[in-house]
Amino acid sequence: MGEAIVITSGKGGVGKTTTSANLGTSLAILGKKVCLVDTDIGLRNLDVVMGLENRIIYDLVDVVEGRCKLHQALVKDKRFDDLLYLLPAAQTSDKNAVTPAQMKQLIDGLKQDYDYIIIDCPAGIEQGYKNAVAGADKAIVVTTPEVSAVRDADRIIGLLEKEENVEPPKLVINRIRSHMVKSGEMLDIDDITSHLSIDLIGIVADDDQVIKASNQGEPIALDPNNRASIAYRNIARRILGESVPLKPLDEEPKGFVAKIKKFFGVRA
Amino acid sequence: MTAMSNKLLQNVIIKGTKQGLTLHLDDSCSFQMLMQELDAKLSANIRTQENSPLIKVRVHTGNRYVDEKQEAELKELILKKKIFQIEEIKSNVITLEEAKRMKEESEMTSVCAIIRSGQVIEVPGDLLLIGDVNPGGQVSAGGSIFVLGTLKGIAHAGKHGKLEAVVTASVLKPSLLKIGDIINPTPENFMQEAHEMECAYVEDGQIIIDKLQVLKRKRPHLHKFEGGF
Repeated sequence: MGEAIVITSGKGGVGKTTTSANLGTSLAILGKKVCLVDTDIGLRNLDVVMGLENRIIYDLVDVVEGRCKLHQALVKDKRFDDLLYLLPAAQTSDKNAVTPAQMKQLIDGLKQDYDYIIIDCPAGIEQGYKNAVAGADKAIVVTTPEVSAVRDADRIIGLLEKEENVEPPKLVINRIRSHMVKSGEMLDIDDITSHLSIDLIGIVADDDQVIKASNQGEPIALDPNNRASIAYRNIARRILGESVPLKPLDEEPKGFVAKIKKFFGVRA
Repeated sequence: MTAMSNKLLQNVIIKGTKQGLTLHLDDSCSFQMLMQELDAKLSANIRTQENSPLIKVRVHTGNRYVDEKQEAELKELILKKKIFQIEEIKSNVITLEEAKRMKEESEMTSVCAIIRSGQVIEVPGDLLLIGDVNPGGQVSAGGSIFVLGTLKGIAHAGKHGKLEAVVTASVLKPSLLKIGDIINPTPENFMQEAHEMECAYVEDGQIIIDKLQVLKRKRPHLHKFEGGF
């Protein structure tokens, strides 16, 4: 019996889909059988980020309305040997095409066959959100170090705490820019965690490579050397129950050249 | 008939005091009879002196419950004489709802939670919140609000108009503060200097923010060993 984790944030554009894709990928790298579920019906993105867009035949709404079997709609990620699947959202309907009860039934079905079901939640707190959390056992709230994102995360945490079947949510702080935090222009991690007062499960640095990788349909977690990738893999390990210490943000680049660069104030 | 009217005449007893008149109304006769007798007695006792000040009247209805309609009738009858001024109408009894409300309003509800954006906590009496009120969260109470934590959201104390209510917090940085119907006009002030343990109270129709220790002088009623009711 697997575990369903919903990735949510309230605010749009903070990196829910990127986090879903990379956590799914990282868990698959760690040998777990994972199914990604895109619940952003009408505005699907997860398939694009995963690079699986042109292999979609059926979608979530087709499954719910009985036009196909569940296994027919699942798109297999060929980069992993039978470990990573995606259930894409429909692009032609809207959020009201599915009810929370139907979603719960769908997720419960998936939990039989997969270790982890990662549910990518749409922005907002309406029908789409209600569908996404209906079948979830755990929740991860993604926020960025911006006041508006933190405010929305606070709202969503309040709503998640009311859900009886969902464990207390965990926090991912995404797109931290260490130089802005250092200069005090950006909220730092302590500000955010003390405000939201939930457990922090990961910090992901802002990295240009993440955007590049998403555009190419290759989740950044596939790159073993990227710092964002390492952050996502660490979150995956924490989900599995390993105690991985949270890396301090201002990790200095190592090596002689980096030290010289730092001396002259060149940012890596 | 005469015996009955004799008895009737004792349903209203008028006593003169330094403060004015006190009308003791019997609580065992019918309200109709009471009104008739009151009308008769007040008319009989009128001494018309021009320009004399209005006589202050206190009405005690004993163990009779006077509802709003009856109270209005009573007031109308007394004020019709044009020489009286009603100080108060007092009864020994109140309804169960009133009693419940008074009890609830004097009770303190303690809540252990973080009031997050979009959440609202509302209590009839005083509120003791063990936790924070985040921006966008709202707490309101019929009485005072005491927050053991950071108050960054909206707080409304004395929501039924109780101006003696106060708001205190370990860190008082509300986005909006209301006591009764008074709204804090300059919320910007909070952000400049944040002391620990502050309170807000109403003085001269304005919300004053000060350190917690002044409450002992400003709101001595907060000091009580047992329930207020």
